[in-house]
Parts: sequence; C-alpha cells; structure tokens
Amino acid sequence: MRFAFSDDQLAFRDAVRDLLAKECPPSAVREAWSNDTGRTATAWAALGEMGVLGALVPEDRGGLGLSEVDVVLLAEETGRAALPEPFVEHALVGAPLLATEAAATGAVTVTAGDPLVPYADTAHTIVRLGHESFVVARSAADLTAHRSVDHSRRLFEVVASGGSEPLERAAVSTAYWRATLGFSAQLVGLGHHLLDTTTEYVIERKQFGAPIGSFQAIKHKLADVRIALEFAAPLVYRAASSLTVGDPSARTHVSMAKAAAADAASLAARHALQCHGAMGYSFEYDLHLWIKRVWALAGAWGDATWHRELVARAILDP
Amino acid sequence: MDLTWSDAEEAFRAEARAWLAANVPAAPLPSGDTREGFDLHLEWERTLFEARWAVVSWPESYGGREASIWEWLLFEEEYYRAGAPQRVTQNGIFLLAPTLFEFGTPEQQDRFLPKMASGEETWCQGWSEPDAGSDLAGISSRAERDDAAGGWRLTGQKTWTTRGAFCTHLFGLYRTDPTAERHRGLTYFLLPLDSPGVTVRGFGRLDGDEGFAEVFCDDVFVPEAMVLGEVDHGWKVAMATTGSERGLTLRSPGRFLATVARLVELARDRGVDDPLVRQRVAQAQIAAEAYQLQTLATVTKLSAGEAAGAESSLTKVFWSELDVQLHETALSLLGHDAELDDTPWMKGWQFALSGPIYAGTNEIQRNVIAERVLGLPRK
Repeated sequence: MRFAFSDDQLAFRDAVRDLLAKECPPSAVREAWSNDTGRTATAWAALGEMGVLGALVPEDRGGLGLSEVDVVLLAEETGRAALPEPFVEHALVGAPLLATEAAATGAVTVTAGDPLVPYADTAHTIVRLGHESFVVARSAADLTAHRSVDHSRRLFEVVASGGSEPLERAAVSTAYWRATLGFSAQLVGLGHHLLDTTTEYVIERKQFGAPIGSFQAIKHKLADVRIALEFAAPLVYRAASSLTVGDPSARTHVSMAKAAAADAASLAARHALQCHGAMGYSFEYDLHLWIKRVWALAGAWGDATWHRELVARAILDP
Repeated sequence: MDLTWSDAEEAFRAEARAWLAANVPAAPLPSGDTREGFDLHLEWERTLFEARWAVVSWPESYGGREASIWEWLLFEEEYYRAGAPQRVTQNGIFLLAPTLFEFGTPEQQDRFLPKMASGEETWCQGWSEPDAGSDLAGISSRAERDDAAGGWRLTGQKTWTTRGAFCTHLFGLYRTDPTAERHRGLTYFLLPLDSPGVTVRGFGRLDGDEGFAEVFCDDVFVPEAMVLGEVDHGWKVAMATTGSERGLTLRSPGRFLATVARLVELARDRGVDDPLVRQRVAQAQIAAEAYQLQTLATVTKLSAGEAAGAESSLTKVFWSELDVQLHETALSLLGHDAELDDTPWMKGWQFALSGPIYAGTNEIQRNVIAERVLGLPRK
C-alpha cells in the first residue's frame, strides 16, 4: 500500500506547472476569451514538445506510453492554470484513440465531446461521443457554433458530412471515463487556484482597519473550501489508479471523483466570489475566468447529481 | 502508487476477521456510557486483551502485536465491520497512550501501559472546566508544589468528563505557574481518581446516559512521578493528545465505512426509489471512501517520516460532519419509525451530534485550518 505519487510523477507535474506559468498566464486566458480560436498562442506547441499531449499514446506510436496515474496531476495543473485548450479531449481521449505520431506530438489536434465538442473548428480530427459515436476529420464535418458561459470554450454541434468512422463500444467507454477523470482533475486544480488567489486577496484587503481574512466569517468559508478539496483530491487520484490497473469498480470510482471534484470546485467558486465582494464581480478582474470554467466543467461529462446516481446504482441496485 | 495490500497484511486481516467472527458478542451490549454497560464492556476488553487484540500496534511486552499502522487500520476496519462493542478504554489507549509513548519516562510507560491495555485501569480526560471549553488555555484548576511531600497538590473542577464516573484514572491539565502567559505554566498530570480529596459526580448527557462527570479536586496530593512531560510545558503535551483525538487514532475510517454499510443495507431494506434519498446515500458512501483514501495518503506520509501537522483539523471537521450526515440520512429512511426507541440510529444520531462539539468544536477547527493551514491572520 502506497497512496502517493512517485518522485518522477511529481517532477513531471512541476515541469508542467512551470511551463504553464510561462505559456498560460492569466492574460493568456483572458486573451482567449476574445481571440479567433479561444486558445493560446504558444501553450499547445510547448506542451506537445514536452510530450504531455502524447502521454497516453504508446511509445511505439510516438507517445510516452504513460498511464492515467501519470497524467492525472498534469490535468490538475491545466485546471489550475485554466488552460484554454482541448487538453483533456486530446491527451486523455483523442490522441490515445488515434495513436498516431502526429497526434502524440500535438501536430494534429484531436478534440472530443458529448454532445457539444469544444474547439472543433481548430481541431484536425473530431471524436464525437454520444448516441452514435464516430471519428471524423474536421474537413468532413459540418459545425454549428454554440456559445459557452466560458467564452474561451468554443463549442460546436458536429454532423459528419463526409466519411466518418464509427467507434466501438469499448473505445467509447474508455474515452468517456478517461475524459471524466481528466475533468475531475481539472476541477480540483481550478478549485485550488480559486482558494489560493482568494486567500491572498483576503490577507491584502482591509476593512474596518483589519484584513478581512482575520474575520471568522471569511475564515470559515475558506476552511470549508480547503476541506472539500482535501477530500476530493484522493478520490480523483484513486480513480486514476483504478483506471490504470483495470479495477472492476473503476467507473464507480470515476463517478465518485467527478461528483466530489465538481462539488468542491463549485464551493470554491461560490466562496471565492463572495470573499472578493464587488471586486470579484467586476468583469475586468480575472476571478470570473476561473469561476466560469468551473461552471462549465462541473456540468460537462455528467454533473455531480448524475454521477452520484451512478454511484447509487452501484451500491443500491447491484 | 499501489493500492493493494501485501499478503502479510491480508493474512493479518483474515486472522482478525476470523477471531472477531468467533468472539464478538452476538447481542449488542448495553451502552458503555452507563454503569452496567461499562462493566460488561470491560469484560469484553479483557477478552480482547487476552487474545492480544486490545492494543495491536503496541510492543509485545505491553500486550500488543507490534502491528504496523497499516495493520492497525485493517484491524479497525474489521473491528467495526464485525459490529464489535464500543471501546470504553479508548481515551486511555487511543489518546493518552500515544502521548505516553512520546513524552513518558520508561518508568511511566511500564507503570501505566500494561494495566491500560488490560482494562484494569481506565482513563478519562480532564480538559474542560465550567469556564474553559473551547478556550482550553483558560483553565483555572491549579497545582501547587509540595516539596516536603515530593509532589503536587491539585485543586479545581473538571467537567463534561466522558465516563469520568466509571474510570479509575484521569489525565488532565493543571496550572502550575499562575504568572505565566496563558499557554505556558500548564502541566499535564496523571491522577488516580481514588486519591483522597477527589470527588466525582456523574451526570446525564443529552442521550440520557450518565456518560459525563464532574471531577472536583480539593488539595489532592499527587507524587512527582505523575507529571507527564515537563512541568509548565503541559500545553505542548496536551496538543499531542488532541492531535490524536482529532485525527487518526480516535476515529479510524473503518468506523464510518461500517456505518455507511449499515446505511446502505437499511436503504435496500426500506426501498430506494426516492432520487433525493439515493443521492444522500451515494454521497455518504463517497464521503466515507474519501475519508478512507485521505487516511491512506496521510499514513503513506507518516510512514515516510513526514509529520501530519495541522491537517488533523481538516480531518476532524470532515469525519464529524460525515457522521452527522450518515445518521441524518438513516433517520430520513426510517421516517416515522425514527423516533422509536429500538432503532440504534436515533441513539447513534444523538452521539453523532456530539462529534462537531468534542475534541475542539468545529468552529475552533475551522479557525485552526484558516490560520495554520491557509495562513490567514489571527487578528
């Protein structure tokens, strides 16, 4: 029994954190709200160069041949930075599905979604999951744009107009649970960023002649956020382990992870906004960029209520 | 990351499970927080001790098995899964003993630990006073040095002392330097409750059991050997005990995993069509597993020599609120049957409600989390 990450896994996480600090500062997230693609200028290529985008692709196909346990912390970092890129869609779903060298390096971008597909307009290949699951080239797809509350998430309805390839059940299942794991990890990262920035803010901000962080009404809110994140994260890491080793309860474990991560991040978003007061309610202030990402991801790939019902089925109707 | 148990650990689990299956009393014992129930629980404690299951993680010379902390977790899981009786010796074994191992002299360890393990001596905790609850450093009970007799004279009142009316000994904090700053000048004492000058008066808790007591000391003599740790540095010693109380040793995940298993069983028996109830049962299962997993991560750190630290405050808020939530959900499932005396859930619910209060209220824990974990200013 050893419930911890290896030194190598932690070092990889730190490297991705450093890369994102440089390639995806808050200004890049804000920029993605109004640019043509919803994405960053350089982060995708930099992540590709580091091997992150092909982490789950087998080594003989040009990837790193890593596991869900190896990438879960990387996904958490992309959440912490609110990276506006189809990271989970590509690295956890599309690239291992295609398993080509071009996908492994990120030269070819593969996105995925159910029912709407983020960044379909700038991807080369689209994995559409749902009633009918298929893979289609961007050039053979008709796209209809939808606007997300998070303006950097460019969403599209996808209809295959040319040749598409149907996906097998097993592949759809792998894609679905890996994606859900990835978004759970991103939600934990988003929650931590919201907690960290709010902690800094309440130490700086003075009212009644004292930092507002000295008031118990503020302390207790942020303590609750810290507790929620403390107990959501191990569920996410366990889910990664269960997918890696093929645990028979892996899907239930992912559902537990998504429910807890969505709840913790949503609590972080709510309390972060409240503790920032009118400052946080201002559009020019960066806080809402993270909050809206939480709102988007909390509902994507099954919200907390949906996943709790899946847990209920597993334990109550076996 | 490896979430599997070794063959040796699985064998340990199997041995514990088999012994518990053969020995746990078929009918539940009366509450250990009553006089009659306490004595019956002590018989059970002796059975545990004789089979060397009372203190599995302790050295063999004190009646233990030198089990690892991992094996201890497995034993706890099996213990609660088997529906074994509450541990009326817990305040000694799980709270005082870790402190004795850390701060006690070899003589103190030899003197107290074996009789604690066998249940021959039972310990209650003397922290709270009528005017010092959450504000523990505000205690006014005092101890004055008696050089001629080679010890100390204790005076003052402790209260809300769990099972104080049934235990033989008390551990507690007394003020030895009234001029020092509040957290200094306190000393940790071990006190036999049959010492001349001690008066113990039991009183009822919210659930009706006589589980509380007031412990009055009127010029009670205790020899020097009954001081645990350094004189005037009792706060540091006491914090080690409260760390155990908030964290791992008092409330292992096995307890909540067993409760959630009973909740799931109740839900299946009663029917589970209501989507809202299904959500709550699922949430209880998720939270109990989250606590188990967070514990495994903590024990991994402890095994690597890292300290647990202020994180025990996170844990205490989580498990105490989880326990409330588990029982609340069970009462919902029971509906109009919930009020009936023969359901263990109503009794359990009343006990669960004490969780956010004892071991430092959850409000105090949230302050600790904000200040020590997040670094928010005290003032």
